[in-house]
Amino acid sequence: MPELSYREAVRDALSTAMRQDDGVFIMGEDIAEMGGSMGVTAGMLDEFGPERVRNTPISEMALAGAAIGAAMQGMRPVAEIMYEDFMTLAAEQVVNQAAKLRYMSGGQLTVPVVFRTQGGAGWSPGAQHAQQLEAWFVHIPGLKVVFASTPEDVRGLLWSAIYDDNPVVFFEHRTLYGIKGSVPDKIEPIPIGKARVHREGEDVTVIATGRLVHESLAAAEEAGEQGVSVEVVDPRTLQPLDEETIVSSVKKTNRAVVAHEAVTRMGFGAEVASVIQYQAFDWLDAPVERVGAKFAPLPFAPVMEQFVVPHADDVLQAILRTVGRNGH
Amino acid sequence: MAKVEAKKTLPEGELRDVLREMLLIRRFEEKVEERFRAGELPGFLHVAIGQEASAVGVCRALEDGDIIASTHRAHGHTLAKGTHPNELMAELYGKTEGCSHGYGGSMHLYDIQHGNMGANAVIGGGLPHITGAALAFQMRGEPRVAVAFFGDGATNIGTFHESLNLAQLWKVPAVFVLEDNKWAESTPEKQHSPIRDLSERAKAFGMKALKADGSDVEAVYKTTRQALEHARSGKGPVFVHLDCVRLHGHYIGDPQIYRDKDEARKLAETRDPITMLREKLGVTDEEFEELDAEVTEMVEASVEFAKAGTDPAPEDAMKNVYA
Repeated sequence: MPELSYREAVRDALSTAMRQDDGVFIMGEDIAEMGGSMGVTAGMLDEFGPERVRNTPISEMALAGAAIGAAMQGMRPVAEIMYEDFMTLAAEQVVNQAAKLRYMSGGQLTVPVVFRTQGGAGWSPGAQHAQQLEAWFVHIPGLKVVFASTPEDVRGLLWSAIYDDNPVVFFEHRTLYGIKGSVPDKIEPIPIGKARVHREGEDVTVIATGRLVHESLAAAEEAGEQGVSVEVVDPRTLQPLDEETIVSSVKKTNRAVVAHEAVTRMGFGAEVASVIQYQAFDWLDAPVERVGAKFAPLPFAPVMEQFVVPHADDVLQAILRTVGRNGH
Repeated sequence: MAKVEAKKTLPEGELRDVLREMLLIRRFEEKVEERFRAGELPGFLHVAIGQEASAVGVCRALEDGDIIASTHRAHGHTLAKGTHPNELMAELYGKTEGCSHGYGGSMHLYDIQHGNMGANAVIGGGLPHITGAALAFQMRGEPRVAVAFFGDGATNIGTFHESLNLAQLWKVPAVFVLEDNKWAESTPEKQHSPIRDLSERAKAFGMKALKADGSDVEAVYKTTRQALEHARSGKGPVFVHLDCVRLHGHYIGDPQIYRDKDEARKLAETRDPITMLREKLGVTDEEFEELDAEVTEMVEASVEFAKAGTDPAPEDAMKNVYA
């Protein structure tokens, strides 16, 4: 099995789809000569040319909306929104238009568009370049929402997103682009709506997304050394949500921790906690713990940024609280 | 303003059909007002009484395969693009026989089969779709044009500027039709725009701009043909500025307390597109009454069709959320 970085895995899904299908093209700010602000599309201009690797002006509404319009005419565009924070600028088109066009037309339209975007703290970009806004989009009927955490998953899920007939908001994490992992020789589509169990355990289930998958795996190792067996589940798709995998895991372990980098309050994890308490209430031996960012914008100074967002130790402490240890 | 070519006019026989179509739209919308006031139509509705010439003139100029995106004031565009009055009226009654099967309503009228990519309840919301649709046509080498309707109020929203900029940058085959009725809801143009000639905005993007009297259906048709030819030949998008009149309120029931009462009355006397074409063609009272009876019958039939239509099952609300 070859090894790819998360960045290369995204590029491989895009390039492979574009090689086999003239209807797939990418558009976004600085994606051509520059290869994207995160280098994801580096080299693609040379292979596919400026018609299909389209630099756009700094116009999130128009680039999102033009991708929607092209999708309505049978193309499969992938629009890159440079930072998740700028999804707020594209939101009218994503939320009011893409998500609802099929519905408002009574099923006449399909809008097979992907909005790729990325965010994440850990490098002090400040309050407007690192937010995690997935909770805004999982709240919108009509959108599918993906947040992959490994090279294999990001490649297989992006492939499925491109070929899904619905609009998909596809979140990537800034700090994961460099991580490497083995991937199948040929792209294997990963179904949208299927969670991955990263690690099996007996005592506590951690449901984590994005960077927090890796933090949770580290926390699970440490917990194991302290005698607590931890299962780590990555939903990978936030909408639709694989409730079955999550709930059956919690029914096995009887304890749950939900972890994401986004602000805890009103976050995606609140819905997961609700699903667990409703469907596995009688199996729970402890309140569902939640790990996420503190309720503040992301600060600039590294020490403050580190304080606001969660890390492996925050997950570990939450795990320990569920088993009645002295988590703080 | 470029000179409109004298050729490519509508033959007189077709002009009579144009008159019939404009009158159908007028009578349809008057009926919609009446049925809304009678409490039969849910939601809220915007009629385009006075703007029939832009809907019919533009849509007549299109070729098969060309598409439109409309606005919240969409009944005229929808009928002119080929949707049957029965299907439109059924939609306004929320029936499954409606053009959006009861999921859309007046502000979300779709008829993909007829190239109508939809009305839009967000001002400017459909403009980038037209840029993107035109991009798809360009990338696939299809000789099709995508046409957006919008009002003067929309020229202030970000999607307008971003979409026109992108369309011109990529030279996509799009036509942007401004129906300039001088009102953004209750706000007159002088309160919402610092310039009096809104086609100047297109020129800021280097986009070709044409102007026409939006009440003169022949002028609308000819100007649109010229714009379509330019766009279809790969020369880039065109901005068509139509000087229109809104003879009624923003929405049905709008008391228009913000508007001089004489204004609409004077416009109705001097700029009503139906009267203008009728006089131009020398249509006699007898001929007009015959035409009127014909379209009125169609409108009445559409109400009967709609009332006899099927209500969706409540749980149908959960269909069509995803493909």
